[in-house]
Amino acid sequence: MKKRSYFMFVLRELSSVFVAWFAVFLMIMVFAIGRGEASYQNFMSWAASPVVVVINIVALAFAILHTVTWFALTPQAMVVRFGGRQVPAMKEVRVAGRYVPAATVVRVGGRVPAGLVVASQWAGLVVVSAFVAWLVLR
Amino acid sequence: MADNIQMRVTRYTPSPGAVPTVANYDVPLRQDWSILDGLNFVKDHIDGSLSFRWSCRMGICGSCGMNVEGEPMLTCATFLTDYAPGPVRVEPLTNFPVVRDLVVDIDDFMEKLPRIKPWIIRDDEKSVMDGEYLQTPEELEEYKQFSNCINCMLCYAACPIYGLDESFIGPAAIALAERYDLDSRDRGQRERLDILIEKEGVWGCTFVGECTRVCPKHVDPAGAIQRYKLKAATENLKAFLLPRGAR
Amino acid sequence: MTKRHIEPILWMLFSGGGVIAAVFLPVLIVLFGLAIPLGWVSVDYNHLHAVVTYWLTRLVVLGLVVLMLFHWAHRFRYTLQDGLQLNRLETPIAVLCYGGAVVGSIAALLIVLTL
Repeated sequence: MKKRSYFMFVLRELSSVFVAWFAVFLMIMVFAIGRGEASYQNFMSWAASPVVVVINIVALAFAILHTVTWFALTPQAMVVRFGGRQVPAMKEVRVAGRYVPAATVVRVGGRVPAGLVVASQWAGLVVVSAFVAWLVLR
Repeated sequence: MADNIQMRVTRYTPSPGAVPTVANYDVPLRQDWSILDGLNFVKDHIDGSLSFRWSCRMGICGSCGMNVEGEPMLTCATFLTDYAPGPVRVEPLTNFPVVRDLVVDIDDFMEKLPRIKPWIIRDDEKSVMDGEYLQTPEELEEYKQFSNCINCMLCYAACPIYGLDESFIGPAAIALAERYDLDSRDRGQRERLDILIEKEGVWGCTFVGECTRVCPKHVDPAGAIQRYKLKAATENLKAFLLPRGAR
Repeated sequence: MTKRHIEPILWMLFSGGGVIAAVFLPVLIVLFGLAIPLGWVSVDYNHLHAVVTYWLTRLVVLGLVVLMLFHWAHRFRYTLQDGLQLNRLETPIAVLCYGGAVVGSIAALLIVLTL
């Protein structure tokens, strides 16, 4: 696992551990909410403890990594048609002397692949996030 | 610009107890020379026993794939000046057994490729007298990208899954299966699906993406594989959900 | 006719879970992992209780948890197999991962039903 690209790949795969962690966290929280205000407060105190906060900060970092890499890869797996012609979901970008699909270098120099698929994914993220925040905080 | 660049080349001659060694050669650092030109200089002027494959020297035959500074590349399309002042390491392609020096044994791929039936499959072959199969430019666009594969094996060298599990059928084979599946003249999707839906088919792939990164012809095998997974999953779902007659 | 295979189904669960995680996880972690516990925002318990016990929320939460667990199971299984090169332990690894996801899913179902 020496190469940088392999390293990023391993990190990406490890993000799944934090996905599972938070799924369990969510489950326990929902359970606590169901059992009454006292158990909910207990849960939140536990969630506020330094260890758990650190874990969740790390989990957030990995969740963002997951989102960014997932959104970069999905267009590559799809064929987008527009007016009967196939539209490449991503442009090609020259990185260090070789061509790579733009979707795989989403973070290099801040370049983001163009295309409907990519835009709609990010739009989906924004809409869902806004909705959940509104639902909980109103 | 310096006069020379040092190439550090793997040497290996099969014999009992032999191990690969590294030989250092100084070759002229010419503006327009590729790694392949450097290797040919070594063979012509320094050590005639150096063995390596090459043919067209213009990036279309797929013979000259080797590891340059650890990256699988076509040596005819990679320039010495990119590695100046050097040294530049040249090794045989990863994940393949080494026959001698920089020559690798690609029998594994030669066995895998025919498995996915890389030819037009039809029940009703037209005779030559009936003329050609017609295809529109749009139909050509569907599979053209995947037909650009030159079987250079760089994708197999780059794939960590293939490195770990020799039974994985690999990027180029799947990309070529997709090339034929998408060809409007072909009717063989089902046959290829039955092969690729097995464990050593598409499912071994975890979408690392290295194959697409190293491909010199922009085939994008990773994309082909993910599309194939979706196709296989949908067909499989139909097998579960639909009654026999409808499938 | 295509034989029925289990691997493609597991892959679809993985994909579904990946999309769900990509879209829902950031906001959920920020809200419930950081903002609420650390007091950056205040939420009325009764409101939260009402939202969570609503039938649609129960269904959605169940779906999220199940898909995310199966996403982890599939990806982690391959990470163990490939990353740690434990190919010979293929079956125990699969049982551990998918079994874990199944156990978690059943727990989630029970929690969501008895809220």
